[in-house]
Amino acid sequence: MLELRDVVATYGAVRALDGVSLSVTDGAITAVLGANGAGKTTLLRTVNGLVRPASGSIKYAGRDLVAAPVEQVVTFGLAHVPEGRGVITELTVEENLRLGGLWRGNRKESADSLGTVYEMFPPLADRRTQPADTLSGGERQMLAIGRALMSRPTLLLLDEPSLGLAPRVTAQIMATLRRLSREQGMTVVLVEQNARSALSVADVAVVLNLGRIVAQGNADELAADEKLRHAYLGF
Amino acid sequence: MNFLNDVIYGAANGVIYAAFALALVLIWRSTRIVNFSQGGMLMFTTFIGWELVQRHGVNYWVGLAVAIIAGLLLGAIVERLLVRPVENGPPLNAVIVTLGLLLVLQAVAGMIWGNGLSSYAPRFSLNYYHVGHRVILFSPDYLFIVIAVLVVLVALFVLFQLSPLGLRMRASAFNPEVARLLGVRVGRMLTLGWALAAGVGALAGVLIAGTAPNYMNPNGFDELLILGFTAAVIGGLDSPVGAVVGGVIVGVALQVLDDYVSNDIDPFFIFALLLVILMIRPNGIFARRTVRRV
Amino acid sequence: MSGLAAMGRRWLRLPTLVRHLVVALVGLGVLLAISEALSEYRNTQLAEIAYTVCAVAGLTLLTGLSGQISLGNGAFMFVGAYTVALLLKHHPFGGITGYQSNWWLVPVLILAVLVAAAVGGLVGVAAARLRGPYLAGITLALAIGLPSLPKYQHLQSQLGGHAGIPISAPAPPGSIDYFRWQAWICLIAMVITLFLLANLASSRVGRAFKAVRDDEISASLAGLPVARIQILAFVVSAAAAGLAGGLFGLISLDAGPDSFPLSLSLGLLAAAVFGGLGSLPGAVYGAILITLLPQWATDLSHQVSLSSKIVNNLPLLVYGAALMLAMLAVPFGLQGLLRRGWHQVRDWRRRDGLAPG
Ligand SMILES: Nc1ncnc2c1ncn2[C@@H]1O[C@H](COP(=O)(O)OP(=O)(O)OP(=O)(O)O)[C@@H](O)[C@H]1O
Ligand SMILES: [Mg+2]
Repeated sequence: MLELRDVVATYGAVRALDGVSLSVTDGAITAVLGANGAGKTTLLRTVNGLVRPASGSIKYAGRDLVAAPVEQVVTFGLAHVPEGRGVITELTVEENLRLGGLWRGNRKESADSLGTVYEMFPPLADRRTQPADTLSGGERQMLAIGRALMSRPTLLLLDEPSLGLAPRVTAQIMATLRRLSREQGMTVVLVEQNARSALSVADVAVVLNLGRIVAQGNADELAADEKLRHAYLGF
Repeated sequence: MNFLNDVIYGAANGVIYAAFALALVLIWRSTRIVNFSQGGMLMFTTFIGWELVQRHGVNYWVGLAVAIIAGLLLGAIVERLLVRPVENGPPLNAVIVTLGLLLVLQAVAGMIWGNGLSSYAPRFSLNYYHVGHRVILFSPDYLFIVIAVLVVLVALFVLFQLSPLGLRMRASAFNPEVARLLGVRVGRMLTLGWALAAGVGALAGVLIAGTAPNYMNPNGFDELLILGFTAAVIGGLDSPVGAVVGGVIVGVALQVLDDYVSNDIDPFFIFALLLVILMIRPNGIFARRTVRRV
Repeated sequence: MSGLAAMGRRWLRLPTLVRHLVVALVGLGVLLAISEALSEYRNTQLAEIAYTVCAVAGLTLLTGLSGQISLGNGAFMFVGAYTVALLLKHHPFGGITGYQSNWWLVPVLILAVLVAAAVGGLVGVAAARLRGPYLAGITLALAIGLPSLPKYQHLQSQLGGHAGIPISAPAPPGSIDYFRWQAWICLIAMVITLFLLANLASSRVGRAFKAVRDDEISASLAGLPVARIQILAFVVSAAAAGLAGGLFGLISLDAGPDSFPLSLSLGLLAAAVFGGLGSLPGAVYGAILITLLPQWATDLSHQVSLSSKIVNNLPLLVYGAALMLAMLAVPFGLQGLLRRGWHQVRDWRRRDGLAPG
């Protein structure tokens, strides 16, 4: 279980997270919603150690994430799909993927995972030797997710995977996430601007505003709450 | 025939510039810093080899090995102590630190070995080959250098393109943050990048020192820094193969200028060459994308 | 106390130009008085410091204010020195031989400045297209490449080849001591340079330099001609270095291709960095430091009998260490340290209620 307690994160004078407490249920998809600048990206970056909280604690499966070096977090079973350009464009598709599995140092497992990812995202298999900067936006997102899966995570953090994608591609990605959660019991934290499609796959949702949690609950309940939708979710 | 000899002689020297350029490229790839102390670093390690071989009668190959090991260590130490603190600052700071290191290395070398000229005997003969009555401006020692540089190039290719370690190093250079998230110890990769570069530089230093009497001196590699930089810039600073091609281009161009204009003012020609190249492509001729500090 | 404070306030209300002028004139008076009290040998040192200040001040303006690094300002000194040497060799100024009148030095030095500025403009055109390590690389090549030009076989008769061109010494007017006269020439030139550069730095141009340094894109969005500003900075910096080179020629009595090694250019950079990039007072400390260092090293060697290998390389060691230390430990240079120290003192005094808020 991922647990955040009173997490405060600041950039100079900006309090991007202002006392966030959150328990993420294992095996479920948790959507994190909110307007631009609400602190969603900061939330994920604090979890994986790229931003160090000014105060508060973050624990995953009993381990203290606040004290852990960023390089180590992947070994706890966390994988991160960063916002925007998460793929390393100078490397080929396959190199990006292999990089995801490198920390295990087990060639056979790596090769297996590679096969699974290519099965899951056939367009990547056709482009394995191409540099990643030749990929389309949707293919890049597939690559970023595929690379995260290469590390065989138990907790997958995604930052706006639908950014700039056509509705059909977004739907495919959401379906993939649902499958990962249902079939493999993976815990997913899904940060999204696109609240409608995120709520369609999520089990639980959290709404952030100005660094604070302003609502949380079952995804269907939040989606049904008209006032909340108008105030924070824009649909 | 004369022109052909110019090309051969120029290309052979170009391989020397390329060896130097390789070290610059490796560091640029790993930390986006041009190591202006490269000439000083390889001067220093070459002097260590020289001390063993010329002063204490140690075997040439042992001297070479010690120089390379010294280079690896020096590179790692320099990265950890001096480069790490300025790595993410403005590029100007890194440039100034490497220049400072250049001066310190030159000063220390001068204090230990003096500022006069010494000579480092080449491993193989510098006598030119003959084909019939014709002299070919190429010698066994140069053949050795060309082979050594090609071997290094192949080894680097295998390391960077085919090994997991190379993949980690490239990822660290291109996108440290993502690499870190994927469990790569980026700091170590950068240290390794510098160590490797300095090791290649140390090899280059010993090879070069044997070819002419004017290298073994604290300032002996100043001109080579510019030549190597020019070669690396032609290759876009990023590509080892580009650096070698760049080195050969510089070598031949310089030889032709020497032969047809004047051989008194090499430094001026190098300046002019670099100027022309940078004006054609401010980021290097073979550079694919614009320079980005990651 | 309050009288002093009032005077201080009135002083600050004066136009910048007037303040700079007063400081320059007072400074020059003090310096000339000091020179009067010093020995021949010390006067030579004073002259060396003075022309080094010119070069360092130009460089600190270029690198500190406009944000362009130059490892090649020694090459502009080369241009200045050779211009002076050539002018005096061909003495196109009628009665210049024997220096019946020292006034001829003025047009000669001005020409040295102009020629160096022109070369600086050419380099600046190239430099304005280059950034970071590329700019550093090309200026490094300039530092090594340009001073080799006199060795070109077809220029040897004009430029004197390896031996260089001798320069005849300016004869002091009246009964002034020869070395003192050299120091005076250099001090006057230095004060004029500092005066001009200080005014430039605090003018619209100086602000444009800083705007370009801080953010080229927003500077160009604000309508500043970025490339032209960068070129201008190179011109100014080269002009100052050209003057320094001309004075260097007059003091050392020749212009030779080996008098402008890479370590000269890097020494200038070390001085500018150590004094604090962009700071004119810092340029003065930096220049004093790099001029006196070799001297101190020699003195030290007499006292502790170090080997000449060590002594000869001591200054280089200090330049290098200064460059690294400045970046790693004192990123704002000496002047920055002083300024911070001063602010600290002022804060203490404020807190203790000693100074008016
Ligand atoms: N590196 C930074 N330096 C300074 N401020 C930052 C930095 N990163 C984020 N912020 C600020 O912190 C706040 C939260 O930013 P964050 O990126 O977490 O928002 P977000 O919810 O992900 O927004 P978006 O939906 O636009 O991605 C914003 O006000 C932002 O300006
Ligand atoms: Mg975001």
